Amino acid sequence: MIRLLVNDQEHELTADPAMPLLWVLRDLLGLTGTKYGCGISLCGACTVLADGEPVRSCTTPLSKVSGKKITTIEGLPKDRSHPVQQAWIEEQVPQCGYCQSGQILSAVALLARKPRPSDADVDQAMSGVLCRCGTYPRIRRAIRRAASIAEKDA
Amino acid sequence: MPRLAVTRREFMRISAALGGGLLIGIQLDNRARADAADAATAAAADGMFTPNVWLTITPDDVVSIRVASSEMGQGVMTALPMLIAEELDADWDTVRAEFAPINPAYANPIFGRQQTGGSTAIRGYWHTLREAGAVGREVLLTAAAQTWGVAVESCHAERGQVSHGNSGRSLRYGALARRAAGLPVPESVFLKEPSQFTLLGRAMPRLDIPAKVDGSAGFGSDVKLPGLLTATVARCPVFGGSVGKVNDKRARSVAGVRKVVVISSGIAVVADHFWAARQGREALEIDWNPGPAARLDSATITARLAERADSGTVGRNDGDAERALASANRRLEAVYEVPYLAHACMEPMNCTADVRTDSCDIWVATQAQTSVHQTAMRLTGLPADKVRVHTTYLGGGFGRRGEQDFVIDAIETSRAVGAPVKVLWTREDDIQHDFYRPATYNRLAAALDKQGMPVAWRHRIAGPSISQRDATARETSGSDFSATEGALNLPYAIPNILVSYARVNSAVPVGYWRSVASSQNAFITECFLDEVAAAGGKDPYALRRALLGEQARLRAVLDLAAAKADWGSPAAAGRFRGIAVAESFRSYVAQVAEVSIAGGQPRVHRVVCAIDCGMTVNPDTIAAQMESAIVFGLTAALKGEISIADGRVVQSNFHDYPLLGFDECPDIEVYIVPSEADPGGVGEPGTPPIAPAVANAVFAATGNPVRRLPIRL
Repeated sequence: MIRLLVNDQEHELTADPAMPLLWVLRDLLGLTGTKYGCGISLCGACTVLADGEPVRSCTTPLSKVSGKKITTIEGLPKDRSHPVQQAWIEEQVPQCGYCQSGQILSAVALLARKPRPSDADVDQAMSGVLCRCGTYPRIRRAIRRAASIAEKDA
Repeated sequence: MPRLAVTRREFMRISAALGGGLLIGIQLDNRARADAADAATAAAADGMFTPNVWLTITPDDVVSIRVASSEMGQGVMTALPMLIAEELDADWDTVRAEFAPINPAYANPIFGRQQTGGSTAIRGYWHTLREAGAVGREVLLTAAAQTWGVAVESCHAERGQVSHGNSGRSLRYGALARRAAGLPVPESVFLKEPSQFTLLGRAMPRLDIPAKVDGSAGFGSDVKLPGLLTATVARCPVFGGSVGKVNDKRARSVAGVRKVVVISSGIAVVADHFWAARQGREALEIDWNPGPAARLDSATITARLAERADSGTVGRNDGDAERALASANRRLEAVYEVPYLAHACMEPMNCTADVRTDSCDIWVATQAQTSVHQTAMRLTGLPADKVRVHTTYLGGGFGRRGEQDFVIDAIETSRAVGAPVKVLWTREDDIQHDFYRPATYNRLAAALDKQGMPVAWRHRIAGPSISQRDATARETSGSDFSATEGALNLPYAIPNILVSYARVNSAVPVGYWRSVASSQNAFITECFLDEVAAAGGKDPYALRRALLGEQARLRAVLDLAAAKADWGSPAAAGRFRGIAVAESFRSYVAQVAEVSIAGGQPRVHRVVCAIDCGMTVNPDTIAAQMESAIVFGLTAALKGEISIADGRVVQSNFHDYPLLGFDECPDIEVYIVPSEADPGGVGEPGTPPIAPAVANAVFAATGNPVRRLPIRL
């Protein structure tokens, strides 16, 4: 039995401890907002937060995150009021949308760590998350906007 | 003045929705059936009962609009409803979009099939949807007039309500829906003139975006069903190979694995979840029969293309290019090559099927609903009305999701195990078993006169055909669009032009890839034109301008892009500019790329893009699609290459088939030329010019022309 805390909800699972968190979330818990893109930590589509830090869930075994606080895209406010979600809507970022959970959670982690990130900070935080639709220019604008929304809210 | 459109009454249908609403849809009659694209589609129309509805207005004022094109990021889920809402004078805040089911009534008029591709959504449904909206407005006006006992002409529709000019009375559409539902289809309706548009041409927030920031948007791979099993398929790595001997003992013993079944594409491991299926697949011991392509490699393919390049069929022959070349004052020759490319949609291919003895349900991220329907009918033997296709969001498409391979996987696996099954491909499957953008080999020649102007142009293409990818005969069409688009329609006023095409198919599967043949031909022709400019001592922009005399729309985007990019003044130190234009999918695009070279690598800093796509529907989506097409094309220009060795694809995942990353993305500026011309395509036309714009900038920087992609210095 492995205990897992996802979006403030406690789960007790009987699963292979080597099973990647991605498939635990998607196939055992039904949290399909986290996406499979490459399976080897190259694209970032599967990014979730573990104790606030972005991790690639496709290569993170269940055993490594037991006891950590996991946040998936479903853990952001249902009314989409998180500054990053607001900014993503205002800048009309998503196209196909498939990579966006990973993009959004990477941005959430960045802004939690650095409320006013420099361009270099943004590059560093976002460069590992691939988008085939090319939403990068809008992501850059949206992160700036999210930072200013958060500052106003604070 | 608004235009009077004669309603195709036999197509339009008005009826009551459950709970007193109004439905406006299409009645499929015999003529429509006869018009249906092919016999299978027409047959599908027979036993089928679906309301064929475009829009429904319910008493709560909600306007539900069905979207027949697939939403793969290009914004159709917003743009198509805008066409209806404009003519309906709907209150946009009450508009909801939903995916249409499978039905011939939803066929894109351009294809006669329910299919998304070729940048045709707006072009295809432009009249149909506006007419459906106009019919709605007309009957709502009539319903209001009848309610108040006044003349229709004294009523006015705006933002989801009808008001009466003299009395100041008004009624919301929801309140009029029940009465309107009993009215006949008007014989004719007025369609608005562009000057009357209140919605079209305005940047509207996309309806699908909220669901894409909270994880709730349902993609194909997210489908959930009671008792759903997950499968992954081991495929022969060699193209055209097959399964020999299999030992699945260890695979079956993996916890969670339910069954191992042989299907036409390989061996499907069916499990409770993907992780178990994947472990089971890795535990399979398989002897493959590699088949005849076992020794095929990229060098062999290129050699075959080179050998055939001069023996193609002529598709365009203006003047006498051979003679002009033979007697040329100055002659230029070059070979251009492009590699195979994978689509690499972020969502790997997948499909969910529930095949039963008397029904088949398919949930799939597809660009080709009609094809899926036909595939399922063919494989199951079930009649049209027993096969249902449920379209999900697509995690990228780019042409890949018009194919049927992943659909066949799911249908065969579900039937074999007697349960609903989701077949999910790995990224490695996706890269190694794609239908690739063709690799082509091109011999270019040009003749220059004494003033340095081109007087002859010869382009000999050799490569596989997508439209005739299964053809084995040597007979080639010189105008095969899937190989010659972007080359055959060279827009320049050169008196002698010859374009020929030699079809050379191989075991490597090829398919439609964002902007199809224009994706490579714009690179080839626009870069060779810069070679011509350099040889003749001309500025690349000035030469294009001079040669585009008759091409007003191309010339206008060229001028706009050049002006916005400040072409006339020198770039910053260490920066170089390249320019390119292309017409594709009835739209006209010019781009200027600003590039520097650092550490032996080109870096693209800025791209200025000008587009004329005729009348605009959602300008912010046009800008987004230009950004998207540019980034997509930059990956191809700077990184993309699929190579073949031992009959198989060498690359397997994003480490060796990399995509452009966030920190490599240039600043992109998009300018839209105002136009009242009929709408052109938007999803693809931004891709063709970017590779040549960047390559021409590299040429300017290094003095060496770039003649093959990806760009390697």
